[in-house]
Amino acid sequence: MLPHAEMVHWLFATGILFVGLCLLCEAIVGEEVWRKRPWRRYLWPGLAFSLGLLLWPVMAFFTNSSIHMYAHGSWAEVLMLAGGAELGLVHGRLHSPLWRLTWPLAFVVSGTAFIVHEQNSWFFARSAFLHHLLGWTFIAVALFPLLLVWRPQSVALRTGFALMIVSVSVMLYADRDVAPVFGHLSPLAGSPHR
Amino acid sequence: MEHPLTHRLPADAALTTRVRAVSLLGPAVAAGGLVWAILQPDRLTLLHPRGQGFWWLLIEPPLLVVAAGIVFTLLVARPLLSDLEERDAAAR
Repeated sequence: MLPHAEMVHWLFATGILFVGLCLLCEAIVGEEVWRKRPWRRYLWPGLAFSLGLLLWPVMAFFTNSSIHMYAHGSWAEVLMLAGGAELGLVHGRLHSPLWRLTWPLAFVVSGTAFIVHEQNSWFFARSAFLHHLLGWTFIAVALFPLLLVWRPQSVALRTGFALMIVSVSVMLYADRDVAPVFGHLSPLAGSPHR
Repeated sequence: MEHPLTHRLPADAALTTRVRAVSLLGPAVAAGGLVWAILQPDRLTLLHPRGQGFWWLLIEPPLLVVAAGIVFTLLVARPLLSDLEERDAAAR
């Protein structure tokens, strides 16, 4: 009765898309207006923390090898850490902006986990391609949250950060169980479906 | 000669741009999902439900995108727009 792995990816893509849209709105209207309603200030950090929490059952029920388990576990940990730190900052329990370094840390750990746990080459199948693409994307764009620690009011950096999150959701939506990528599908991957 | 209106114009233009951007975000996402559904109708298992399981009927990516756009518009964008306009009115 468990959903297929790709469906879990699509559900997470939806959550990540929502976080990205919230970040984009915050970048457009500014922190002051965004935080005018108390519930809104907790919205995207709470969602990020919840997504980290939900990665634990994904790790338990959907991973079929140790390396997959470690990768999903590390995503769960760093997402909960970054989301939790952001919750602490917006609530006022944490004060040092250096807590926002948890975001670039989360991105670098996530990216490395994506690349390390994908055993196949880029054009083996769509999922392999997306693992490599997501991994390198996370590592490259960790620069946005890193620079935001020192320039938190930069609209360009905030917008870039939000758009990067939205692009991650698009990549996750593109995931299929066994499917070709740009016409390439290794015979070892199995027969395509869906 | 300077008039208060001439001082407000750039600020008004910026506000209009922000209001437009926020109000278009959700509908644009929903429209993206709709276009995806039209381009890949085979992904919509609701259109050919025979033999489909619970999850395949429930989790359809284009519909998830449309739902995200609608939920975002209703829950986030609309209250945000009223706050944005309220703040602008207070600033005047």
